[in-house]
Amino acid sequence: MLTLELDPRTLRRDRWTLRWSCVLAGFALVSCCVNGTWLLAQEKNPFAGDAKAAKVGESQFRANCAFCHGLGARGGGRGPDLTRAQKRHGNSDADLYRTINEGVPGTAMPPNGATQQGVGMTEEEIWQVITYIRSVEKKTDATTVGNASHGKELFQGTAGCSTCHMIQGKGGRIGPDLSTTGSARSTEYLVESVRYPSKRLAQGISEAMKEFSQEYETVTVVTADGTKFMGVVLNEDHFTLQMMDTRENLHLFQKDTLKSLEKSRESLMPAYDQKMLSDKDLQDVVAYLLLVGAQ
Amino acid sequence: MKGGSMARRGKSRFLASLGMTNLLSAMFVHCVLAIGAAPSVSAQVTARRLLESGKEPQNWLMYSGDYAGRRFSALEQINTSNAAALVPKWAYQTMAGGKFEATPLVVDGILYGTGQDNRAFALDAKSGRPIWQYQRALPADIRPCCGRVNRGLAILGDKVFLGTLDSHVIALDAKTGNVVWDVTAVDYRGGYSITLAPLVIKNLVIIGVSGGEYGIRGFIDAYDAATGERKWRFYTVPGPGEPGHETWEGDSWKIGGAPAWITGTYDPMTNTTFWTTGNPSPSNRGEGRAGDNLYSNSLLALEPETGKLKWYFQFSKHDEHDYDATQVPVMVDQGEKHLILQANRNGFFYVIDRASGKLIYAKPYAKVTWSDSKDASGTPIARKDASPTPEGTRVCPGAAGATNWMSPTYDPQTQLFYVTAREQCDIFSTAPQSYERGHAYYGSAYFPNDDAAPFTGALRAIEPGTGNIKWEWKHPSPTWSGVLSTAGGLVFTGDAEGNFIALEAASGKVLWHFQCGASVYSSPMTFAVDGKQYVAVAAGSALFTFTLP
Repeated sequence: MLTLELDPRTLRRDRWTLRWSCVLAGFALVSCCVNGTWLLAQEKNPFAGDAKAAKVGESQFRANCAFCHGLGARGGGRGPDLTRAQKRHGNSDADLYRTINEGVPGTAMPPNGATQQGVGMTEEEIWQVITYIRSVEKKTDATTVGNASHGKELFQGTAGCSTCHMIQGKGGRIGPDLSTTGSARSTEYLVESVRYPSKRLAQGISEAMKEFSQEYETVTVVTADGTKFMGVVLNEDHFTLQMMDTRENLHLFQKDTLKSLEKSRESLMPAYDQKMLSDKDLQDVVAYLLLVGAQ
Repeated sequence: MKGGSMARRGKSRFLASLGMTNLLSAMFVHCVLAIGAAPSVSAQVTARRLLESGKEPQNWLMYSGDYAGRRFSALEQINTSNAAALVPKWAYQTMAGGKFEATPLVVDGILYGTGQDNRAFALDAKSGRPIWQYQRALPADIRPCCGRVNRGLAILGDKVFLGTLDSHVIALDAKTGNVVWDVTAVDYRGGYSITLAPLVIKNLVIIGVSGGEYGIRGFIDAYDAATGERKWRFYTVPGPGEPGHETWEGDSWKIGGAPAWITGTYDPMTNTTFWTTGNPSPSNRGEGRAGDNLYSNSLLALEPETGKLKWYFQFSKHDEHDYDATQVPVMVDQGEKHLILQANRNGFFYVIDRASGKLIYAKPYAKVTWSDSKDASGTPIARKDASPTPEGTRVCPGAAGATNWMSPTYDPQTQLFYVTAREQCDIFSTAPQSYERGHAYYGSAYFPNDDAAPFTGALRAIEPGTGNIKWEWKHPSPTWSGVLSTAGGLVFTGDAEGNFIALEAASGKVLWHFQCGASVYSSPMTFAVDGKQYVAVAAGSALFTFTLP
């Protein structure tokens, strides 16, 4: 019986292989054509400067991009402000096309069509979105905001920013790395984050299938033996907590073994008022962040 | 390796002993033997077995487990006293990206599942080893809303049925995965796709379509399970001359949406099948489609043989917040009362008389701001100032809803209805948009309202008699996992952080959890083979099963 059942299966496997070879060959052909078209089309925006295309692009933007990048592309809590001329992942049309179509690995920016929101776009629609983004871009560079080199001194010195924040490998760990923040956030957002850090907590880890990123919440735990730790939440689920304390030590807890666990949306970062950082000095710090972000 | 070569040697010896070195002669003998064998192989799942699914709790014969849509299993080997000992048994990897939303079927030891991009597979349910695998070659230009997902199969006889992302309905041979028939439901280039698990009633395969984000005209179809011939179509947006057509402004009905993208339920006592529909198009702009927009966001009672409408109930009239009513309509009997329970995406829990379609009551089970009043029938109606504006206005629940397609469950033992609730408010904004065939058609944007952060969720146990919440179990962030209840006194659910969790159904106490490594975007199920119970759930790219050691 075993043999009799095995032999037809061999035949079927051959048919299977043949069928898939055909399908794959067909697929390869189609892919070449499609990729060929893309290679040509990806370089240059066929709708550049076309106001009507920008309008259509706005509809697409609202459906596919606004969830993270906000209305008018001014940035939300999740996605960068796209009205800035300087884009973190490239400024050319081809760069924007690639960023939208392929996403940015290691960030919350997904490939086209793979967002949990929106429906994905055709090549034509992507170009319309790029046309729209170009139509709302504003020119801002570091020099129009403030003195970046003074900002760097403040950041690394008297303002104390680098105690908690790292830029290009130097600085503390308890706050978010700010190396790319200047390219990802509006100046208004940066100013607000310094003056009122608890108003909108920074985003931490993004997991592939999870809708919302972990935020830099403040956490205080007391372990079973009475030891108290205060710091930021790196990640958590219902059962576990991964945190960094204010001395930059990592702690990994099973929540049910803790004596107490308290979370707060009051940021560990002090709110910098005028006395701690004047408007002018703040502008200089922002200028430094913009300059670094553009690098 | 050693075992394999021994088996091969054994096979050649056996062939040689029979003098059958020729493959064709082996085939011939096989066919002769097969014809002479007992006819246990054909029509293995009869329509009667589907009707009496409660008699075989070891099997999971349809998407929601039974025709009532309860997602409840009478299996009790895994129960409150031993759930803490559950261990993983096997995992099946589709290796596909995106959301894995399917609930598998299990019939007599074989598990039939689907995966992303219209994969289908049959596995040895005890070991997880594949028997066959199928993947549809999809056109390059499909753009299904919200992921290249599929939620599962239906089965009848020796065929399983699959709806595809390019809007075909296909029948696969249950033993081989070979395509038996393949029919086009509709041209996908109009923005249509199929993601739901079909429902088989008698000899008919009933399906609905997705595409509410593309200005489609929704419908529900029935196909002859034997041939694939279409027997009827019910348009969820009535055409000229049909009742309900007057609820659409001008020609807006032609692109009115109202997709039916979640599997329905069936009441054999009254021979009625219940289906639900999604949003009118464009989803977040009411301008241009004045009226109630029937039968969007509705519950439809249809005659299965003809598709004739018996009655309807519309949950959200003239919706502007994407509040699809595509949650499984769960049939529950309480004494003389024959009810449908639905925790709707719009945040209200509805109890509806199954015979008449009349609302008994509606009560919020999550935060609701879109409605603060009810009409004479008790149906919640929208606040005028909840309409999306050009600048955006904050409304709860958000666009993803207080719940969504993930299945709830009704446990006849606790007499509680369990649902995944999502607490997230969105800013809804609107803008004019012209319709273009096959292109996204929202007329809107929405994004989370940061003032309402942090966004959370909860598994809530609702008492159907009152709508009161008996207990809740909080999720750290909103989840897309459905819920299963079992006679073992358990409910199973998952979370966005990747945990699969067993709770005591009566109290909500957590008894066990397992970290799957990625968010659970599916509804769990359970089955038994050779007297051993398993619980299964899809998470990430894998289907996991758990059992007692």
